[in-house]
Amino acid sequence: MERQDPGAAPLLEVRGVTKSFGAVAAVQGVSFPLYSGEAHALVGENGAGKSTIVKMLAGVHRPDTGTLLVDGDPVEFSSPADAKAAGIAVIYQEPTLFPDLTVEENIVMGRHPRKRLGMIDRGAIRDEAEKLFARLGVRIDPGRPARGLSIADQQIVEIAKALSADARVLIMDEPTAALSLVEVERLFSVARNLRDEGAAIMFISHRFEEITELCQRVTIMRDGKHVSTDPMHDLTVDEMVRRMVGRELDALFPKQDVTPGAVVLEVDGLTRAGVFRDISFQVRAGEIVAFAGLVGSGRSEVVQAVFGVDDRDAGTVKLRGKKLRPGSPRAAMAAGMALVPEDRRQQGLVMDLSIERNVTLPRSGALATLGFLFGAGERREARRWTERLRTKYGRLSDLVGTLSGGNQQKVVLAKWLSMAPSVLIVDEPTRGIDVGTKAEVHRLMSSLAAEGVAVVMVSSELPEVLGMADRVLVMREGRIVAEIDRADASEDSVMFAAMGQGAAA
Amino acid sequence: MNATKVMSPKMGSRTAAPRKFSLGGFFKAREAGIVLALIALVAFTAAQNPRFLSAQSIRDILLGTAILAVLAVGQATVMITRNIDLSVGSVLGLSAFAVGSVLQANQSLPVMVALIVGLAVGAACGLVNGVLVRFGKVPALVVTLGTLYAYRGAAYFWAGGEQINADELPAHFLKFGNSSILGIPWLVVIAAIVLVVAGVVLRNYRAGRELYAMGSSPQAAELAGIKVGRNTIAAFLVSGALAGVAGVLFAARFGTIDAAAGNGYELNVVAAAVVGGVAVFGGSGTVWGAGLGALLLTVIGSSLAVLDINQFWQQAIVGALILLAIGADRLVAVRVAKALKKRDSHV
Repeated sequence: MERQDPGAAPLLEVRGVTKSFGAVAAVQGVSFPLYSGEAHALVGENGAGKSTIVKMLAGVHRPDTGTLLVDGDPVEFSSPADAKAAGIAVIYQEPTLFPDLTVEENIVMGRHPRKRLGMIDRGAIRDEAEKLFARLGVRIDPGRPARGLSIADQQIVEIAKALSADARVLIMDEPTAALSLVEVERLFSVARNLRDEGAAIMFISHRFEEITELCQRVTIMRDGKHVSTDPMHDLTVDEMVRRMVGRELDALFPKQDVTPGAVVLEVDGLTRAGVFRDISFQVRAGEIVAFAGLVGSGRSEVVQAVFGVDDRDAGTVKLRGKKLRPGSPRAAMAAGMALVPEDRRQQGLVMDLSIERNVTLPRSGALATLGFLFGAGERREARRWTERLRTKYGRLSDLVGTLSGGNQQKVVLAKWLSMAPSVLIVDEPTRGIDVGTKAEVHRLMSSLAAEGVAVVMVSSELPEVLGMADRVLVMREGRIVAEIDRADASEDSVMFAAMGQGAAA
Repeated sequence: MNATKVMSPKMGSRTAAPRKFSLGGFFKAREAGIVLALIALVAFTAAQNPRFLSAQSIRDILLGTAILAVLAVGQATVMITRNIDLSVGSVLGLSAFAVGSVLQANQSLPVMVALIVGLAVGAACGLVNGVLVRFGKVPALVVTLGTLYAYRGAAYFWAGGEQINADELPAHFLKFGNSSILGIPWLVVIAAIVLVVAGVVLRNYRAGRELYAMGSSPQAAELAGIKVGRNTIAAFLVSGALAGVAGVLFAARFGTIDAAAGNGYELNVVAAAVVGGVAVFGGSGTVWGAGLGALLLTVIGSSLAVLDINQFWQQAIVGALILLAIGADRLVAVRVAKALKKRDSHV
């Protein structure tokens, strides 16, 4: 494992970089080195800032402060082309191929070998692709279009791209998220070879067994900040998890104790091919049930299918014992279900409409007189709910787009609460909201539950899950892998289940 | 060994569908389809009315195709990058009127200079389009819809209701519009040169391949270090310049130019490209296909005239062809995507 002389200059060094988007600091003062012949893991919870780091190394974002050093020299990447020229290749979770072009052309794009008159040399392209695939030990037809390649094969093509560009630094952003075990093994044998040939690899994954298998050094991030960088053998998995999540639960979660009532929502065998499978759960009145799991584990997709935004391939959803028609949000709403979506700008609000219109949108039928909306009823209703939620705004006729994120979220909540739902589904209720408003949203959810509403919450924030939920359903790769009661739920138990180490926990 | 296991099933089962998507296979199929349709149409029309194959009739078709094909090549270049240029008809009109005015004033001007003037006017218009799309971050559809009216307005303003008649243009210029070299009309020669050059550049040069890459996945193109903005401007510049050349050809062929020249051409041009297999969503298609599409549309037009069928049917048939072309593309794409979704399921 000791393949690196720590005295040598790192191939690539990140030194004190900071990056903010608007008022949100995505990355603050992060530093770590990538050495030749070494695989370096970057770990952290969702939203810890890992992807921002990747994008800075790829030349997509520029750091606000701090420097990147290649071979000890400071560099500035003003575009992805610069990063490529410096020998950095990035393999994204979602491969970035050109579906209409052939595999071989994908590999050489932008650097086509040329012959006389500057024409591209198709023979040389084919040779290069075949040589690369032989070196990687895979069989992919270089002449076929990239469209239709499996994710695993697309990633192999991405690696071939990196090799063909003579990349010395290979950054892999959750490359294994969508791969099967066999495919992961193949990817790893390729990565190991590259590492042993002297490349520096940065590896991002949520799976600890992969990290410990491949990497020699690990950098841990939390909330955009650098926590630690250590040789892998100095750290246990438990210690890594502790450092990743190490936050304190405080008064942010004013959970009231409620005795659950009758079963309100009953989901049985819900399946959507390729996304999730065999999802069954029940929610009682007054209960808050949280879906935990990694991004991409299928949580949002499940609640969208429950509400009927997405179609489902199999399974039933019952509300108070009555089956809901699949694929019909209208039926779900009529039955008393409400969904506060993950992306409030795209799905939750009509940004160009006023606050009052947004709040009363789902009830515009009920508030209309003779089919017309005259405004007074809407205003009355909107005022009542925005006041209850302590929404801060200038006038009710202001456009919703002018509000802050937290207040926008309150408008979304007001919209659904005005319908007095018996089941409230909230997807990432506090994403991008400041701490104070977070607490208010939590208080509201808690008091709704106390009033007998069945609440289903999807959240990537562990503290929120642990602080608010009566029960935690942990999803991994499209299935519910664990159901943990409030009493037994801890950061460790949820995290381990989400990452597929339930047995170890 | 993993590789073998993972690969082997798809090698067998999937060659059929996605193979159609390779630039070669799929578009050869598309182009073969157009050629077949052309042969059938020509044979049928000629059987009904042998005059359809007279030298004059063929000549008219070729001249008409030449102008449309030059425009379609430019349009294909833009559409391959996942953009569209709706202003080409107006650029043609503006260029035709500009060249006509210049020739009116300088009767001795060589044809070559006239071509260059038209090209320059078109290139300037195309540059404006490209810059607006690139820096305005506005969809090309909207930008070029705007410039469609703006350029046409400029032409009307300039013409001020006047028109340039054939007797005001130099004789050598009009002759250029009707004479031939080795039996092939000059207009057709120029269209063929444009087609071949654009075809070779798009197929065999880095710049051309980058255009395909941009259209196939703009995001991936950015990440691959392709200068997307610069290439976008270049594509619009080419389209504009070719529309300018088409304007000169238009002036030479018809001799009479007013500010309405080329009015409504843009939709014919887009139709030619789409029927010829240039995907509206970018990334695929060839200028050969676009050229064949132009030929097919022109032949349809003149065979309907020869068969004495109402012109209304021409539009209906063109519409049906577009729907057929887009429908076929969509069908294949959906099938592939569906097969892929089920197969790649890791759940």
